Amino acid sequence: MSYEQLSAFAQTSGMIYFMAIFAAVCLYVFWPSNRAKFDKAARMPLENEDIDHVR
Amino acid sequence: MVRIIRAGFWGACLTMEPNLLKSKALPRFDIFFTCGLAFLVALWAVFAVSRAEDIGMAVHGWMFLGAAILTALGFVFTAHGTALQSDQSSYSDGVIRFGVIASTFWGIVGMLVGVVIASQLAFPDLLSFKDYGFLNFGRLRPLHTSAVIFAFGGNVLIATSFYVVQRTCRARLFGGMLPWFVFWGYQLFIVLAATGYLMGVTSGQEYAEPTWHVDLWLTVVWVAYLLVFLGTLWKRKEPHIYVANWFYLAFIVTIAMLHVVNNLAVPTSPYASSSYPLFGGVQNALTQWWYGHNAVGFFLTAGFLAIMYYFIPKQVNRPVYSYQLSIVHFWALIFIYIWAGPHHLHYTALPQWAQTLGMTFSIILWMPSWGGMINGLMTLSGAWDKLRTDPVLRMFVASLAFYGMSTFEGPVMSVRAVNSLSHYTDWTIGHVHSGALGWVGLVSFGALYALTPWLWKRERLYSLKLVEMHFWLSTIGILFYISSMWVSGIQQGLMWRSYNEFGFLTYSFVETVKAMHLPYIVRAIGGLLYLLGTCIMAYNLWRTIQGAVAKKEPLSITNPNLVPAE
Repeated sequence: MSYEQLSAFAQTSGMIYFMAIFAAVCLYVFWPSNRAKFDKAARMPLENEDIDHVR
Repeated sequence: MVRIIRAGFWGACLTMEPNLLKSKALPRFDIFFTCGLAFLVALWAVFAVSRAEDIGMAVHGWMFLGAAILTALGFVFTAHGTALQSDQSSYSDGVIRFGVIASTFWGIVGMLVGVVIASQLAFPDLLSFKDYGFLNFGRLRPLHTSAVIFAFGGNVLIATSFYVVQRTCRARLFGGMLPWFVFWGYQLFIVLAATGYLMGVTSGQEYAEPTWHVDLWLTVVWVAYLLVFLGTLWKRKEPHIYVANWFYLAFIVTIAMLHVVNNLAVPTSPYASSSYPLFGGVQNALTQWWYGHNAVGFFLTAGFLAIMYYFIPKQVNRPVYSYQLSIVHFWALIFIYIWAGPHHLHYTALPQWAQTLGMTFSIILWMPSWGGMINGLMTLSGAWDKLRTDPVLRMFVASLAFYGMSTFEGPVMSVRAVNSLSHYTDWTIGHVHSGALGWVGLVSFGALYALTPWLWKRERLYSLKLVEMHFWLSTIGILFYISSMWVSGIQQGLMWRSYNEFGFLTYSFVETVKAMHLPYIVRAIGGLLYLLGTCIMAYNLWRTIQGAVAKKEPLSITNPNLVPAE
């Protein structure tokens, strides 16, 4: 395999890999049924105020 | 000697045996692990002390032996009581309190050494001590970098991660006494590394200077840290893993990987501190900067972003601005950062395409960096007025501003053409410090200010005026520091590359050094102001721990029940 072939393969597959991961993350993030879960998660640091015991 | 230690350990183990058998819980692997490890360390240390081939190994052998004896004594004195039992109905906060104190202590030590070496550069005639090798700039410089990054930053990360993971999982830390092993084992690592540098015993790789036996010790401690964190996530009572925990986990896992790969080496002997690295030449350089830049990306960024995602919402009492953005932020940041290292090796033997790859990924990093910064800042929306009244919140917001600034500057400097001017100059030092003092430092101070009243159950900090004073001292200190380094760095770069009409260099090297004198003095002043601020913080935290409240700032006039404890 020549250098040109190797670099073409690395560049193309790298692009596809990154695009696929990014698309997967975006799908997960914007999937309508996940909305409620994320809204709840955004408040997680604010919960259990002054509760110092594991329940 | 060995017999005494062995007797001590088995004695400690045996005295605990009845308790262990009685409890219905799993056998206490944490205690067996710590005892066994201390025994093995003691065994090796005895040989290291008696057969050491260099002063570094001899001193470190004694330190390992001392640590093992202290562990044994600790077990002997606690085995009878209930100290070793862990009450699963409450959070384990004792180790976090120690972490807050250790962070503050190492912060002052590291910054003090920084001021010392900055002064050495400003006044080399006055402050060079030729008869005392350990005071040489070359030995103090890694002491400064490791103390502020790994001792101060590392303790802040361990303490905050233990706090955050328990609260967001609603579960006590996993592993019984393993968190304590992580804390004390990490302090031992710091002391070993620091004393090694002073004795001139290093592996010679930037930010990875500790020698092989210290590296091995850190590996053990770090794996225990990973186990504590993963175990706590495993027994969580919240179904969703909060985003801050993702960032902490990425930090712990990646640092483990970087540390192990970059420090692969073959010791010259089991009792010598010197070793041969596995990689040589350009492979070594690439591995080193893959390590070095991801120490920035995962230690100094991912870990502290976890602090941002927990402490800023908590401090403003508002939910995270966009939780969706935080997820994209996380995956984008960790996938891109890992490729940026080669920008440290422009114009070297590293193949051009690899340099370009590093540069390209550094520029793409703008997106997740600024996305995260905006997410943190916008969490304040609807509560911006709190900036006027809450100096701790101001600390967090200023840290995000410096984060935005240094993550803008970094990609610019990674461009090959800009790098040809900036590399090897003080511009790099200025850039690192706008990130380290501005982002990492201020966000850590904010977290320490927030944690102390929570952990010691105090109504409020001792004094908010002192926080305000700290804020201004540190901000002005940073501005002094980075602007003097911009001036000095760009001037240096321009002087190095200037030619006269005959093609000769216009300036000799010593002339460029002379030109740095004034900026170096300004830099030392900036560092001094920053150190002063940290000392004020230490006083403020100490008084808060004591339960004191500044007389001029009473808690609340409307509530007569709250009387300042004096």
